[in-house]
Amino acid sequence: MKRTVATAARVHGQIRHDPRTIALMLVVPSLLIGLMAWIFTDTNVFQHIGPAMIALFPFVVMFLVTSIATLRERRSGTLERLLSMPLAKGEFIFGYALAFTLVAVLQTVIAVSFAILVLGLEISGSLLLLFSVAALDALLGTSLGLMASAFARTEFQVVQFMPLLIFPQFLLSGLILPRGQLPGALEVIGDWLPLSHAIDALGDVAAGTEDSGTWASLLVIGGWILGALLVGSLTLRRRTA
Amino acid sequence: MNTKACIQVQKLSVKRGKSLVLQDIDCELAPGRIIGLLGPSGSGKSTLLRSIVGNQITSGGTVTVLGLPAGHKSLRHRVGYMTQAASVYDDLTVQQNVAYFAKILGLPEAEATRVIVATDLQEQAKRLVLDLSGGQRNRVSLAIALLGSPDIVILDEPTVGLDPVLRAELWALFADLAASGICMVVSSHVMDEAMRCDEMLLLRNGQLLAQISPGELLRRTGASDPEDAFLRLIASGGLDSAPTSGPSAARHRARVGGKPS
Repeated sequence: MKRTVATAARVHGQIRHDPRTIALMLVVPSLLIGLMAWIFTDTNVFQHIGPAMIALFPFVVMFLVTSIATLRERRSGTLERLLSMPLAKGEFIFGYALAFTLVAVLQTVIAVSFAILVLGLEISGSLLLLFSVAALDALLGTSLGLMASAFARTEFQVVQFMPLLIFPQFLLSGLILPRGQLPGALEVIGDWLPLSHAIDALGDVAAGTEDSGTWASLLVIGGWILGALLVGSLTLRRRTA
Repeated sequence: MNTKACIQVQKLSVKRGKSLVLQDIDCELAPGRIIGLLGPSGSGKSTLLRSIVGNQITSGGTVTVLGLPAGHKSLRHRVGYMTQAASVYDDLTVQQNVAYFAKILGLPEAEATRVIVATDLQEQAKRLVLDLSGGQRNRVSLAIALLGSPDIVILDEPTVGLDPVLRAELWALFADLAASGICMVVSSHVMDEAMRCDEMLLLRNGQLLAQISPGELLRRTGASDPEDAFLRLIASGGLDSAPTSGPSAARHRARVGGKPS
């Protein structure tokens, strides 16, 4: 546990030395949500898609940041050095997950506060649940980013995993077309993808209609997180060729 | 088998793709000595060091470190390792880098300060690694390898890019560490550094040409400096057939471009 916390603190230390990244991570989501609200001025569309935006940003940002940061660890030799020390793979992975989840929570607090206080987004349900779903989303992005970094050799490659792992989830989440109206096979796939459940859960919280389905969605997201972390940990090898 | 050896390598082979990077390496390394791993780039030095640390997938043979298989969990506190690349975090300060690795090893902050002093990095302690010179970055990496007073310290080209004064200081530090009983395994492709070692492993094309002291190498090859001795060794194919003087030695020198002795 101490090494997990030390790793998370080290990652935060690295982020603190990079004010531009901090600004981009914390401010850009609010700006984009604001742009969305502006586009749909005088309609109720923003009330419908605003919660989905809150689900999307922590997920995408954490995927990008984690995949690139972990790839850098692999390429610079620091990962090899760490794995020759008494650091468990789980401590490394959960250190990253902890560090970026905390950043994502901060990002979500700012984005949600901006959406509610400045843009007038109405949240009828529990704010605590809203933050919990957003934090889970961030953790999902982190875990998928860790996994993607194992299959890429360069930063160019790892960025290309975004269209592969994120865009299909966005397209099948029901935001563009309700999932019930998708072709049968795509509806089934969309029903199992984690971003669909994150958007559903945040929609429930915003409308104040949380029920057992909301909690089932959280379970599905949690399952995906565990699966991605497991695959990510399997790709961390102490011995390499 | 030398029972006092802290590292025992037997019939070690490593394949990368179809090529054999290390071929049937046999050696035993004793504690309290500086063992130089010398050879040209691509000779397999880093692969042998990674095999000793336990980070290398091997295709044959065994590596035993302090009586345990290389890479064994309980060795992770006892083997300090400096990789060829600096392997430090550019976006952290020197102090933050060393303190983080100290925490991973379960060591107090004071230990981080100790190795920073030992590697003469006090003045740079608060600076980002990104802003340091190549030699200073190497010293940060070395400081991390020295954390916790390990029994074995593996250093992959630690003196690359260092000025002669600093290089001499580091070799003096290695000598002090070896005198305290630590087994120092130091790789280099600079043959001049051979004379600073107690013993050398000479590698070429993945094969161990010789395990020998610098003085003995000069004596047996009849060369005046380690570089010439290495060239003679390559030309002769090994110590057993290395010519030491006369026309045969001259032919060898001419063939490999070695200096006349």
